[in-house]
Amino acid sequence: MNMADHAPHGELDKVTGRTTTGHEWDGIQELNTPLPRWWVWTFYATIVWSIAYWIVYPAWPLVKDHTTGWFNYSSRADVAVELAKLDAIRGGKMAALSTASLEDIQKDPALLAMARAKGKAVFGDNCAPCHGTGATGSKGFPNLNDDDWLWGGSLDQIMKTIRFGARSGHAEAHEGQMLAFGKEGVLKPDEIVTVANYVRSLSGLPTRPGFDKAAGEKLFTENCVACHGEDAKGNPELGAPNLTDKIWLYGSDEATIIETVTNGRAGVMPSWEGRLDTGTIKAMAVYVHSLGGGK
Amino acid sequence: MSFWDRHKIFEKNSIILIIGIVVVISIGGLVEIGPLFYLKSTIEKVDGVRPYTPLELAGRNVYIREGCYLCHSQMIRPLRDEVERYGHFSLAAESMYDHPFQWGSKRTGPDLARVGGKYSDDWHVTHLKNPRAIVPQSVMPNYAFLAKNEVNSSNIAEHLRTNRLIGVPYTDEQIASATEDMKAQVDPDSPGAAELLKRYPKAVVRNFDGKGGDPTELDALIAYLQMLGTLVDFKLYDEKANLR
Amino acid sequence: MTQALTSKRITVGEGGLIAFFAVLAAYCVLGVIKAQDGAFAFHSALMAAVSAWAIVAIIRRYSARGALPLQEINGVPNYNLGPVKFTAFMAMFWGIAGFTVGVIIASQLAFPALNLGEWVNFGRLRPLHTSAVIFAFGGNVLIATSFYVVQKTSRARLAGELAPWFVVIGYNLFIVIAGTGYLLGVTQSKEYAEPEWYADLMLTVIWVVYLLTFVMTLMKRKEPHIYVANWFYLAFIITIAVLHLGNNPTVPVSFFGSKSYIAWGGVQDAMFQWWYGHNAVGFFLTAGFLAIMYYFIPKRAERPVYSYRLSIIHFWALIFLYIWAGPHHLHYTALPDWTQTLGMTFSIMLWMPSWGGMINGLMTLSGAWDKLRTDPVLRMLVVSVAFYGMSTFEGPMMAIKVVNSLSHYTDWTVGHVHSGALGWVGFVSFGALYCLVPWVWNRKQLYSLKLVNWHFWIATLGIVLYISSMWVSGILQGLMWRAYTSLGFLEYSFIETVEAMHPFYVIRAAGGGLFLIGALIMAYNLWMTVRVGESSETQPRVALQAAE
Ligand code: HEC
Ligand code: HEC
Ligand code: HEC
Ligand code: HEM
Ligand code: HEM
Ligand SMILES: [Ca+2]
Ligand SMILES: [Ca+2]
Ligand SMILES: [Cu+2]
Repeated sequence: MNMADHAPHGELDKVTGRTTTGHEWDGIQELNTPLPRWWVWTFYATIVWSIAYWIVYPAWPLVKDHTTGWFNYSSRADVAVELAKLDAIRGGKMAALSTASLEDIQKDPALLAMARAKGKAVFGDNCAPCHGTGATGSKGFPNLNDDDWLWGGSLDQIMKTIRFGARSGHAEAHEGQMLAFGKEGVLKPDEIVTVANYVRSLSGLPTRPGFDKAAGEKLFTENCVACHGEDAKGNPELGAPNLTDKIWLYGSDEATIIETVTNGRAGVMPSWEGRLDTGTIKAMAVYVHSLGGGK
Repeated sequence: MSFWDRHKIFEKNSIILIIGIVVVISIGGLVEIGPLFYLKSTIEKVDGVRPYTPLELAGRNVYIREGCYLCHSQMIRPLRDEVERYGHFSLAAESMYDHPFQWGSKRTGPDLARVGGKYSDDWHVTHLKNPRAIVPQSVMPNYAFLAKNEVNSSNIAEHLRTNRLIGVPYTDEQIASATEDMKAQVDPDSPGAAELLKRYPKAVVRNFDGKGGDPTELDALIAYLQMLGTLVDFKLYDEKANLR
Repeated sequence: MTQALTSKRITVGEGGLIAFFAVLAAYCVLGVIKAQDGAFAFHSALMAAVSAWAIVAIIRRYSARGALPLQEINGVPNYNLGPVKFTAFMAMFWGIAGFTVGVIIASQLAFPALNLGEWVNFGRLRPLHTSAVIFAFGGNVLIATSFYVVQKTSRARLAGELAPWFVVIGYNLFIVIAGTGYLLGVTQSKEYAEPEWYADLMLTVIWVVYLLTFVMTLMKRKEPHIYVANWFYLAFIITIAVLHLGNNPTVPVSFFGSKSYIAWGGVQDAMFQWWYGHNAVGFFLTAGFLAIMYYFIPKRAERPVYSYRLSIIHFWALIFLYIWAGPHHLHYTALPDWTQTLGMTFSIMLWMPSWGGMINGLMTLSGAWDKLRTDPVLRMLVVSVAFYGMSTFEGPMMAIKVVNSLSHYTDWTVGHVHSGALGWVGFVSFGALYCLVPWVWNRKQLYSLKLVNWHFWIATLGIVLYISSMWVSGILQGLMWRAYTSLGFLEYSFIETVEAMHPFYVIRAAGGGLFLIGALIMAYNLWMTVRVGESSETQPRVALQAAE
């Protein structure tokens, strides 16, 4: 029943010893309990703390500007400080890394350790997505642990590859690609099958029954030695792989080789100049070189 | 009348209660959002940020449609580990033509604010079709179907025009040539390619998905990914002037 | 107020709605013909069919009805419970759908092979999950309870006859349009505001009618004072309207296509988005559900609300402060530092006003704590308030910039979300539905309290698994991202952190599975309550009493 207007002071609630407000809605009443003290004081404390925070940090927008606070704080300025601290932790060696020559880095144990550590850290987020977490490579992405190099395995050459990339669009990138002999109509399908089997024979893989080795050799000499060399051992100037070493970038099965010769290949290694600083690129070169196959 | 009795006015009159609520909930929003439109320091002064090319915009719409932002942020925070992992922290200016913004709130996958140029087109093709083929530990879904869908280039000019209506500075010329620009961006040998580059500096013109013909959604998405974070030249950027 | 028994004229509402649906149907037919994309054609066809059905239904209702229903029968309000029943049913339906999708996306993160194609990959299902649980499940619970509570605490029949149906059917249709849209790739990719322009527009209309229905009912009230639950409902309805309008002004590319571009861009869009997003939490998931708590806990416990004064202070403080806290979703982003400071400090100040609700909820049980042992429904309600307290402590803590620098972008946020979502929103909704269903279907009691008990324990275990695994994985992830070796270099690559999450994603999926099983038990229990439960009275509802 509606007693609200008749009982402004409410009734006594026996359990809590408080009175109700005297209103009732669908049987629900309210107690007139005062605000819990701890609640009020904690609330005040958060307000006071906030006001203090506004005084020392940038906080309130104004007409043309905003308050900047006593601390003159800026999260963007802060990160520069943090990065400088990081450099200190690294013994201030990052600057040395960018000025020293690759050979000097290799000779100086402290710099070498630094370069390897940096290299490992950067590799995981930037190179591993292509070359694999263990730098073991996968189809189309070379293994960086072995001593087989498309573009040469010396420190300088590795550095050049990382800086400018291969077919990356960078003006100084490695260029040169595997031609599309089939698509361009240079070789007929049956010739491609023959030369593919010849390529397989170079690393001792079985060939098709009826495969004419002489014809294969002829086709190879006419079309392929220009890049892959007389002995088919490749040419790092052109990035043409060694076809005799049982290490395959794209795969050794007949179908894959046929595809390679038919459509050509032009794997792209991005250029890291600009994205990674000089010191880091040097570190990467030294790191990759140290993976095992460096020459 | 006691302090508590004064509250009756709200309890007895629904209109006054409504007015009270509206007033009380308006203040915070006005103070926080309003100044972002007029304070000059909100958006940094930088060179290089330009509206998206038609193909990039179409790619961005694929990104939006697929909800990539649910796993990928596009916002590098000024924290040392992020700056080291992903590159220079993101600027407000870099997303000023983004309608909607795609900063994200969850990083199930890595930040993409500067993924442009980090990988090859081929890598993206393989990765988007089947991420685990190239990154075995990945939990990203497959987007193989993008290769099959062609993007609609017939009404892309309408998209540019709509963007201009809400403040993106597309020129008449850009709108008029939107359809050709879209096709030219996947065809480096076409005469339109050079024109496109004049209209949109630093645009990447390549056959992104490796297949000929009109651009596919895969082309568009990769075109978008390949330009992310590449417009501002941080060598020319004035750090000190843009602290705030 | 009461209508004369003999009059039978077509009402303004009936006539107006027929005209409205006729125009809508015409537009939609045009939409089918001129559609720019498949999704728009599909949605136009659907809406054309629904509009046609609505016109037929209104006309048939008109010819079948006598005079308008009475406002009171024998001095007792003639409560309008149809829309309440409908939304209570839909809440249960969408709840199960939303939890199921939750379990699916949780499993997809653990086992990515479960991304079974274009329409059901993670990126499209995740918004389906969030919308289904928040707007479909939560929204229907809010509408059901608000329409019930406002009638009971005003002692007045719901305003309007067709308007409440317009709201409840329209709202659920909006959900269908939004949800099917996500699967088809129609989304604005603005978190929690994903629906495209036409669905947004539809929601705007429905929401205004909802507000009007609610306010007009309040105005008809027989009680001199407006009950505290209704303050919260009102704040929820009004603020959601403001937020929705602020965050969704878009320009469609074509009026016959689904794609639009939002007026705001970049940093301003980010701020609008999280002003909206945070307050969707504050007003949809908090204010609205606090309203539920303010009615159902005192009612079920049969105790007076602990403190009227606390109600006043925490109500105004809560709604004032909440609005400011949005920038805590943008800490360390390209949002200016000053805005972040405001977001952080206001989040801290929000702590006590939030706890005001918890105190009022928990302390209302003083003198009735023993009921927790025997009444699992009350236990669910009380535990929900405890989870509310927990997440509103965690929230301000995560809003502190140093903490957020670790937690942001990680599963910690997801853990926080679900302690609020499963523990608070989920449990308070379950508790309210367990009360409401026997009341509105006129049943003496629930089919089985024992099943409620099972539901309670299974779901609690599910929640514990969910949130503890997300805390561990979130903090682990955050720490791994920023870990440096002793030489000063990043220790882990990103992909190593992805790998490290796997076991926790499995545990989370299992926890979600338990929560879903609990909900299925509940659905069975409620179904049986309605189907075979004993009727509490033969008379039309005279006095509504809690089912003991
Ligand atoms: C988009 C994928 C991709 C990324 C990322 C990538 N690479 Fe490569 N990398 C390649 C491809 C493809 C080749 C082979 C190019 C060719 O076929 O000639 C290659 C070749 C190389 C080579 C030359 C190997 C040889 O045999 O001569 C080195 C060294 C190398 N990458 C190092 C790195 C380092 C260090 C990083 C990270 C900073 C890196 N790569 C990132 C794709 C990538
Ligand atoms: C213009 C130079 C050029 C010519 C001519 C050429 N190649 Fe190549 N070939 C390359 C380059 C460069 C690559 C590596 C492509 C890459 O790294 O993506 C390559 C790669 C290959 C591979 C893949 C090796 C692997 O490890 O998977 C095979 C097989 C091959 N060539 C066979 C042939 C045959 C057979 C011919 C002649 C019909 C031929 N090449 C002619 C430049 C050439
Ligand atoms: C379920 C979560 C998820 C979704 C959805 C998702 N991704 Fe990913 N993404 C990942 C994860 C995890 C990685 C890291 C592993 C990898 O490289 O696959 C990743 C990596 C990437 C990368 C490589 C980034 C780098 O710097 O190594 C790109 C580019 C990318 N995703 C683009 C996209 C696009 C575009 C979409 C939407 C069409 C998308 N992703 C949707 C989880 C997701
Ligand atoms: C069976 C129960 C549930 C399961 C298994 C579940 C699972 C999930 C998963 C896997 C995600 C994605 C997290 C990510 O991207 O990493 C998610 C997100 C989300 N869920 Fe749930 N969920 C459940 C119930 C709920 C309920 C009841 C609600 C709300 C009432 C809810 C609200 C949300 C929200 C708001 C997000 C987005 C979080 C963010 O962006 O930070 N969920 N859920
Ligand atoms: C005082 C109260 C609260 C505060 C101050 C608060 C604060 C926060 C903070 C700091 C975040 C993380 C933002 C980020 O780093 O991205 C967050 C996320 C979130 N919170 Fe709370 N929270 C509160 C209460 C709640 C409650 C009760 C719920 C109810 C379900 C909730 C739901 C969410 C959701 C859904 C998100 C995820 C938003 C996203 O998609 O990123 N919060 N909250
Ligand atoms: Ca989120
Ligand atoms: Ca929307
Ligand atoms: Cu928030």
